[in-house]
Amino acid sequence: MAVVSQNTTFSKVFWPAVAWSVAIIFFFPIFWMVFTSFKTDADAVKPEFLFFFTPTLENYTNMTENYDYWRFAINSVITATFATIFALVVGVPAAYAMAFNPSRATKDVLMWMLSTKMLPAAAVLYPMTFLTKNFLDIYDTHFLIIVVLCLINLPIVIWMLFTYFKEIPKEIIEAGKMDGVDTWGEIKDILIPLAWGGVASTALLCFIFCWNEAYWTVRLTTTEAATLSKLIEGNRAPEGLFFGRLSAVSTAAVGPIVVLGWFCQKQLVQGLTFGAVK
Amino acid sequence: MAGLTIRGVTKSYGETQVMHGVDLDIEDGEFVVYVGPSGCGKSTLLRMIAGLEEISGGEISIGDRVVNEVAPSKRGVAMVFQTYALYPHMSVYNNMAFGLKQIKTPKDEIDRRVREAAKILHIEEYLERTPRALSGGQRQRVAIGRAIVREPDVFLFDEPLSNLDAALRGQTRLEIARLHERLGVTMIYVTHDQVEAMTLADKIVVLRDGRVEQVGRPMDLYNTPQNLFVASFIGSPAMNFFKAEMNKDGVFIGGKAPVTKAVEAAGGVTVGLRPEHLIPCEESEAFVSGKLELVEQLGDHELLHLVREDSSEFVAKMEFLADKKRGEALYFKAAEDRIHLFDSKSEQRL
Ligand SMILES: Nc1ncnc2c1ncn2[C@@H]1O[C@H](COP(=O)(O)OP(=O)(O)OP(=O)(O)O)[C@@H](O)[C@H]1O
Ligand SMILES: [Mg+2]
Repeated sequence: MAVVSQNTTFSKVFWPAVAWSVAIIFFFPIFWMVFTSFKTDADAVKPEFLFFFTPTLENYTNMTENYDYWRFAINSVITATFATIFALVVGVPAAYAMAFNPSRATKDVLMWMLSTKMLPAAAVLYPMTFLTKNFLDIYDTHFLIIVVLCLINLPIVIWMLFTYFKEIPKEIIEAGKMDGVDTWGEIKDILIPLAWGGVASTALLCFIFCWNEAYWTVRLTTTEAATLSKLIEGNRAPEGLFFGRLSAVSTAAVGPIVVLGWFCQKQLVQGLTFGAVK
Repeated sequence: MAGLTIRGVTKSYGETQVMHGVDLDIEDGEFVVYVGPSGCGKSTLLRMIAGLEEISGGEISIGDRVVNEVAPSKRGVAMVFQTYALYPHMSVYNNMAFGLKQIKTPKDEIDRRVREAAKILHIEEYLERTPRALSGGQRQRVAIGRAIVREPDVFLFDEPLSNLDAALRGQTRLEIARLHERLGVTMIYVTHDQVEAMTLADKIVVLRDGRVEQVGRPMDLYNTPQNLFVASFIGSPAMNFFKAEMNKDGVFIGGKAPVTKAVEAAGGVTVGLRPEHLIPCEESEAFVSGKLELVEQLGDHELLHLVREDSSEFVAKMEFLADKKRGEALYFKAAEDRIHLFDSKSEQRL
């Protein structure tokens, strides 16, 4: 008995402590970023002001007044939203076809889609920049960013949708066929309502990925279509001087997506752990 | 209203052929039951009629229209799935109305048909619920209701009762029989439960490995099975088979000759005797005997499990037989018209 109770006391204290430590280690950079965003650039690098300083909103007012934060934010919203919509418009029918009319090639096609994610992005940087700038003349346009964001997320979108659709019993789709719905009706009236949780979490995840994307949005834009990633990049001084400013910009960039994720948490967890169907 | 003609229908999945040329005529208003062991192609044949499975070869006609290339919803058939396959996100009412909405049926007509079907199936109180909130039996009724409202020429049922418990199965079986009576339309019903087959069918189709073994009225199959497979498949408990000896006086399975005429059979003779047709008798009259091994009491009757001298087993079904002991020898005879003879090699009836 004694051993058992000792054991439970131990595990009651030990494991939560481990969990909290890990959580704090992960959370610390974010905390530090938000914390620093309320310091002036000068204070941010002084050791004596590490924890005790006079908070200021200077960085934030400065950001909206001088760096045009809202334009970057709006670009982020536009590109992420449209890229997500297009990814779903292409992904839903693709996943539907593969889930309910599989052929011998279906598995290979899925693997091939995933394999495109294995190509290092840097490998196509030069052709992408060259073609879009000199040839297609779409460099630094919303159109380009939307297309790029859509394409790089499409494999994951299709994979996720495919797994959700696979969960739906084939007979329900067949009952729909007997009832005389066409393919579009099957998708609209049966598939999407049934896989709603899955479709929503796919859309959300795609949106988050688009929002956070930095490799291409930084390299394929200058001003017109520049997103928040570009804004952060632009404030990153190599000498490491403007920490307060950089922290404020970063906080303002990740803020909206964290809030969005927070509100959709339940949806996300439900969708990602399945069980949304039936 | 329509009958159905199936001509030389084959089905292959890639290299493997699973249906090998099925011919079948189904008359208007007939209740046809497909039976056969698991994997014999019952569902496949049904789904080809429904249009959910492509027809690899041959022709299926409903009425006088070849439907090979016709979309499922345009064939005038409705299907009831084993898993019900209701739309989980729609109310019972909308589950039934969905098909009618697809063909732009006027609202009040939809309403009339749904309520009428609900009345027949006693599901009026549940119309606003979703399938989730229904029991298995109620879901099955909704699935049947969804078929009824479309007023099809042919109903297709794929093992509709197999997910229900025994009591409900009996009750729903009766209701399907009543429904057939009431609507008078053609119904094709798949099951591997031969009690369902015997009680419901006007015509039973016995399938094995993608081939039709025999087609006939239930009592025809019971009384004159055309081969060993049908003989063993129809009837419960299953028919006993005995390896028989032949000479010019007749066919023997030990004891007296049950059949006293010479029989021609190249591959030897197998005698079939149903457990319910064995009659206890004196040793002198008997043509089959065995030592009692086990008695199964079933209330109104009992099943005697017996072992013969060559250690083969057989079963006799009787009303209560007094004073039996384990190991006791029992003797049986049977009426001559209850004795089935088969060629052991070709397995065909003699
Ligand atoms: N999609 C498929 N691909 C390959 N073979 C299949 C496919 N569907 C069915 N089969 C094969 O076709 C044969 C007939 O299957 P079917 O489902 O019609 O059997 P069944 O008589 O309905 O059996 P059960 O009583 O178990 O439902 C089986 O041998 C099965 O393995
Ligand atoms: Mg089946």
